[in-house]
Amino acid sequence: MVIADMKPAPHEAARNACHLCAPLGAGLAFAGVANTLPYLHGGQGCATYIRRYTISHFREPVDIASSSFGENATVFGGKGNLFKGLNNVIKQYHPAMIGVASTCLAETIGEDVAAQIKEFYLQSDGWCPELIFAPTPSYVGSHYDGFHRAVFATVTALARAGEKKQNINILPNMISPADIRYLREMCSDFSLDATILPDYSETLDGGSWAEYHRIPEGGTLLYDIRRMGQSAATIEFSNFLEPEVSAGNYLAKTFGVTNHRMGIPVGVAAADEFMKLLEQYSRISIPAKYIKERGRLLDSYVDGHKYVFGKRALVFGDVDFAVSIGAFLAEIGMIPIICTAGKERNLREPVKPHMQKALEFHIFEGMDFVAMGEIADKLKPDIIIGSGKGYPLARRLQVPLIRLNFPIHDRLGGTRLRCLGYGGTQELFDRVVNGLLEKQQDDSSIGHAYL
Amino acid sequence: MIDILKDRQNQVFEGRKDQKFEMSCDKISAAGSVSQRACVFCGSRVVLYPIADAVHLVHGPVGCAAYTWDIRGALSSGPELHRLSFSTDLKEKDVIFGGEKKLYKVLTELIDTYHPKAAFVYGTCIVGVIGDDMDAVCRTVSREKGIDVIPVHSEGFKGTKKNGYQAACIALSNIIGTGDISGIPEASLNIMGDFNVAGETWQIKSYYKRMGVNVVASITGDGRVNEIRRAHGARLNVVQCSGSMMTLAQSMKEKYNIPFIRVSYFGIEDMSKALYEVAERLGDAAMLERTKSLVQEEVAAIMPEIRYYRTKLEGARALVYTGGAFKVFSLVRSLRTLGMKTVVAGSQTGDKEDYQQLRDLCDEDTVLLDDTNPMELAKYIQEKDVDLLIGGVKERPIAYKLGVGFCDHNHERKICLAGYSGMLNFSREVYSSVCSPVWSLMPRRRKFTGGI
Repeated sequence: MVIADMKPAPHEAARNACHLCAPLGAGLAFAGVANTLPYLHGGQGCATYIRRYTISHFREPVDIASSSFGENATVFGGKGNLFKGLNNVIKQYHPAMIGVASTCLAETIGEDVAAQIKEFYLQSDGWCPELIFAPTPSYVGSHYDGFHRAVFATVTALARAGEKKQNINILPNMISPADIRYLREMCSDFSLDATILPDYSETLDGGSWAEYHRIPEGGTLLYDIRRMGQSAATIEFSNFLEPEVSAGNYLAKTFGVTNHRMGIPVGVAAADEFMKLLEQYSRISIPAKYIKERGRLLDSYVDGHKYVFGKRALVFGDVDFAVSIGAFLAEIGMIPIICTAGKERNLREPVKPHMQKALEFHIFEGMDFVAMGEIADKLKPDIIIGSGKGYPLARRLQVPLIRLNFPIHDRLGGTRLRCLGYGGTQELFDRVVNGLLEKQQDDSSIGHAYL
Repeated sequence: MIDILKDRQNQVFEGRKDQKFEMSCDKISAAGSVSQRACVFCGSRVVLYPIADAVHLVHGPVGCAAYTWDIRGALSSGPELHRLSFSTDLKEKDVIFGGEKKLYKVLTELIDTYHPKAAFVYGTCIVGVIGDDMDAVCRTVSREKGIDVIPVHSEGFKGTKKNGYQAACIALSNIIGTGDISGIPEASLNIMGDFNVAGETWQIKSYYKRMGVNVVASITGDGRVNEIRRAHGARLNVVQCSGSMMTLAQSMKEKYNIPFIRVSYFGIEDMSKALYEVAERLGDAAMLERTKSLVQEEVAAIMPEIRYYRTKLEGARALVYTGGAFKVFSLVRSLRTLGMKTVVAGSQTGDKEDYQQLRDLCDEDTVLLDDTNPMELAKYIQEKDVDLLIGGVKERPIAYKLGVGFCDHNHERKICLAGYSGMLNFSREVYSSVCSPVWSLMPRRRKFTGGI
């Protein structure tokens, strides 16, 4: 195992940033709760920019309300705007929950949003939706932190103690709607009652409508979130989230719900680990369907092993995504060049257990796309895996880009891409192998149609 | 049934006979209304974005820069610095202790690395609150590096997108007047408010060239700092997207005595009107003749195909919602060329005058919307039985979910819609969406595709 001691040139600026701001992540997580409207306390632009960015990926309506701060609210405080905004949202959307996240503006002027929400709740006559607040100033962390803070805020506000049940919680991290659907399918095949939070598999990837929906159907039911404290266990797909904002950790500490933390289950080893947990909590042995899926996946690993062996793959994104994909790459004999964006966490030592099979691996933190380009010029990856924003880099390097994760603004079907479990890994493995083959074929002066 | 929020009732005109026409506009979006509008920063950013040889640095946390990275279809014939996204990526400690030092370092580093002709520094919300003296930092770096470093006061909360346009205009007026204007011919103009989306400025420039008109500066499509410096040498400012550029046109009139005209390059009527007006202002009889034959040639080249689309589209109903109001006028006329009716029209930044003009242009019962939102759009798509929505990416899913066609007329698009060939592209776009057979499969079937 070699870790090259290499760094991109020192820089102060973020140049073509690879991370987004925290309120975006919060909006995404809140959009995965049933009948919920995400709401940003701050300026109007934040909500609109985030909507455009999210809509362009999901190609679905994504309504996010805003307190629409003007100068008055900025100078004298935004409580009036918040109250008016919440009232308007209630009138127009009839939500069961409003997920409020703060922007940098609100946090910088020192708004006590939690207190304001409490006051709103108390002064509202009659019915009021659940109001959940996640502090997400964009100068702290990235969309990753915002996402998890929203999940954490929702669970801490809603989960209740009670008689222990057989069901489990899954905190799946920021995965695609198709991956969430596959998760549900797996749980259902194990006859496991699982609460997946968030679940935007339908809210952000739904069908055509006969008439307009105020809020798209689907999402994790509030009823299910409330009983998360009564579950037998939580499975949290995150190795790196700080314990103080881990909903799994909270449920364990507060209600004694065992928390299993693992990466996103990509690759055979990680998927096996996940399957074992499903077996353990369902007390059902792995259904034949998955044994066969696993078998086909292994068989394809054999068919494809030589095409990928020793090839370098640059994978970029938030820490859990990049390291989970990195572990899969190591498993199939590729050399992961892991580039994480956002907060730096001194990952060198912590990732080693996930890279045991790696012939060689590299890890770089706090990356933007310019720094990634410098790394790529030196390490010469054969393939890039990450969001559509990797396209300019892949184009310059003339290597395939395997689009995965968020956002994908330059292709259809970002919501349908999978990487999770045996089935998702199969899809990803095929795409990686075929990406390499296609490149080889395109570069060849002969261009055989038989490889 | 979707109701209009009380806070917004004066910003919606339903075209009912008993309803008095008095649009309220030009105000900050109602909290909780889910406006389609962004912020002051957005206004500045879109106007200055196409200046391709400048560094555009967003001073603030990462989001504002990340969301505006290479999103526009604004093309450059040379340098492409505008396609990069730079941010000071302020962190908690910068917010507490101030971001000036970081701004200084970042600016210095970017100028040393990318050697721009100028740098624009955009202030975001929190910069306005923590009180960084952006002007002072910009002055210092400008002095040290010997290029213009121009602060753009675009703090998001300080008004609406329109205020952002103004901040951009103020920034531009800082460089206009600093270049040598000797040798600029009489028949010369500045193209203002075209952003070279999908090469539109090039299209317009080619018409002016054929007429014998010299373009001094394009502000800001395919823009260059040194061209903009010379803009005060032009004899006429031709302003499209007047919402964004009027402040500059007016200040140039006062300062340099350059008259301006408001035009639009969208649709056959408006495009031709623009060229004739320019010819009248700047040219002689010969130029007018050249313009006439240009218009005739161009119109003759596109009409046969457009007539075909008209036979397919006759009677289809459109909802038009754009950033600026002036574009809506052109779209209403263009849709008429295609035999279509605009049943709902609106804009993010129109003023009272714009809406009056729109009211005069549209049918009696056309619904007019200022600073609307998804629920209202959905309401009128359904109530007015719309077949096509023209707008931007944020409006697209509302149309698509309801089985309604869509044409992107916003700055993200990659298709040239200006000029005569642009009108043809527009017609193809509209035709290929409205008449797609897919709608007949959707729950809300469209009559133009064999549905109910």
